[in-house]
Amino acid sequence: MPHLAVEDLRASYGALEVLRGISFSVEKGELVALVGPSGSGKSTVLRVLMALNPPSSGRVQIDDISIDYGKSGSVRAARDRMAVVFQQYNLFQNMNVMDNVTLAPRKIKKWPVAEVEENARALLAKVGLTDKHDAYPDELSGGQQQRVAIARALALKPEILLLDEVTSALDPELVNEVLDTIGELAADGMTMILVSHEMGFVREVASRVIMMDAGEIIETGTPAELFDAPKSQRAKQFFSKVLRH
Amino acid sequence: MERILEQIPRFFTFRNMELLLEAAGMTLAITSVGCIIGFGLAFVLVYLRQTPGKWAAPLRFLCIAYVEIFRRIPFLVVIYLVLFFIQAFIADASLFTIAVIAICTYAIAYTAEIIRGGLESVPREQVEAARAMNLSRFQTTTQIVLPQAWPVIIPPAIAFAVSFIKDTALVSQIGVFELTFRGKELNNQGYSGILVFGTIAMCYFAISYPLTRYGQHLETRLATSRGRRSARKLRRT
Repeated sequence: MPHLAVEDLRASYGALEVLRGISFSVEKGELVALVGPSGSGKSTVLRVLMALNPPSSGRVQIDDISIDYGKSGSVRAARDRMAVVFQQYNLFQNMNVMDNVTLAPRKIKKWPVAEVEENARALLAKVGLTDKHDAYPDELSGGQQQRVAIARALALKPEILLLDEVTSALDPELVNEVLDTIGELAADGMTMILVSHEMGFVREVASRVIMMDAGEIIETGTPAELFDAPKSQRAKQFFSKVLRH
Repeated sequence: MERILEQIPRFFTFRNMELLLEAAGMTLAITSVGCIIGFGLAFVLVYLRQTPGKWAAPLRFLCIAYVEIFRRIPFLVVIYLVLFFIQAFIADASLFTIAVIAICTYAIAYTAEIIRGGLESVPREQVEAARAMNLSRFQTTTQIVLPQAWPVIIPPAIAFAVSFIKDTALVSQIGVFELTFRGKELNNQGYSGILVFGTIAMCYFAISYPLTRYGQHLETRLATSRGRRSARKLRRT
């Protein structure tokens, strides 16, 4: 049984259907990359999984538990097992780095404070921000903020980590520090779904790539299969454009 | 003019000044108590107004109706409404209580819009990040949104309260012993109207001006990021 199974997922913004029946699954320890042109619905998949947008139909299952997005208890359970890192970091502006990372583990998970803080220090060290515990988000660079956001998501000890274009708001020279962090997580066996335009990075770390266009999955395969020998015309077009360099 | 000059020594007696000070105290008291309670209740109103879900639609409608209605009624009419409404149920309610409730009723409607604007100024993404971590709506509001909304809410809220000090003159209509009422009384005792109300005017100015300046000071402090940071440092210590 796959760790996460998504079946015929549909979602709309008003009259516009942005997901038209998406089905895929993720095994434990896999890094699945969602790629495709802007507006293809990649980010919406993650938003629906986290219940930030309601699905109009479809099934999502984590292990043997299926999630009912209409029920708040079920939504809470889903959010309890997944964590998301956003494109714009979305760190809480009114809290310093340490509080950002420890807030939910303390208040929501109700884990012991000492343990939470120790874990937070370890995570911040892992993302290379040992000396920034007391800094506020607006005192950090974009790359630093995004690494804090990753630490904040990991502090929740999620089973599945969702990464939504986490490098696209960053200055080019800051992209690598964030990608390095994700690469290490992949090596540690973290289960991840990654929405990204960093094709070089996807090729390097992804176990599988899903290409989406206009709310549908066009093609799925290993990075080598998709990048080097795409089967569909649409995928050929897309990869010939993004892999030109 | 001669009459005024002649009355000055008799008017500025210790007793009269004491009466004026007492009245100024009353003006300040009803305004601050009314506005502070009103401000607190306005938060509750805004929170209820943002309740999601179909079942809460009547609640949202009531909250919106309250704000829209009371913002379009003259304060004097609100005072009379409150007076007669309360007297119908509690015959011996004090005029102070009635004045405070009237101010409160009015202040809720005005500050609710200030608070709503403040809360809505916080980017939606902050709320999404909190909700994705399973923070409840209440936790998200109190721990994430409100702390970021204060700099937007506080300056206009203070400006409202300060300008409201003047409007409380209207509660003299129902006989509350505040500044304007005291003025009418002294005037009736035979003192020149120019003398009495000139003094009353200066009293209002003396109360309002420092508070206005304080509000402006807060505004500039909250507006700069350095101010925000120094506010944080204060909180940390």
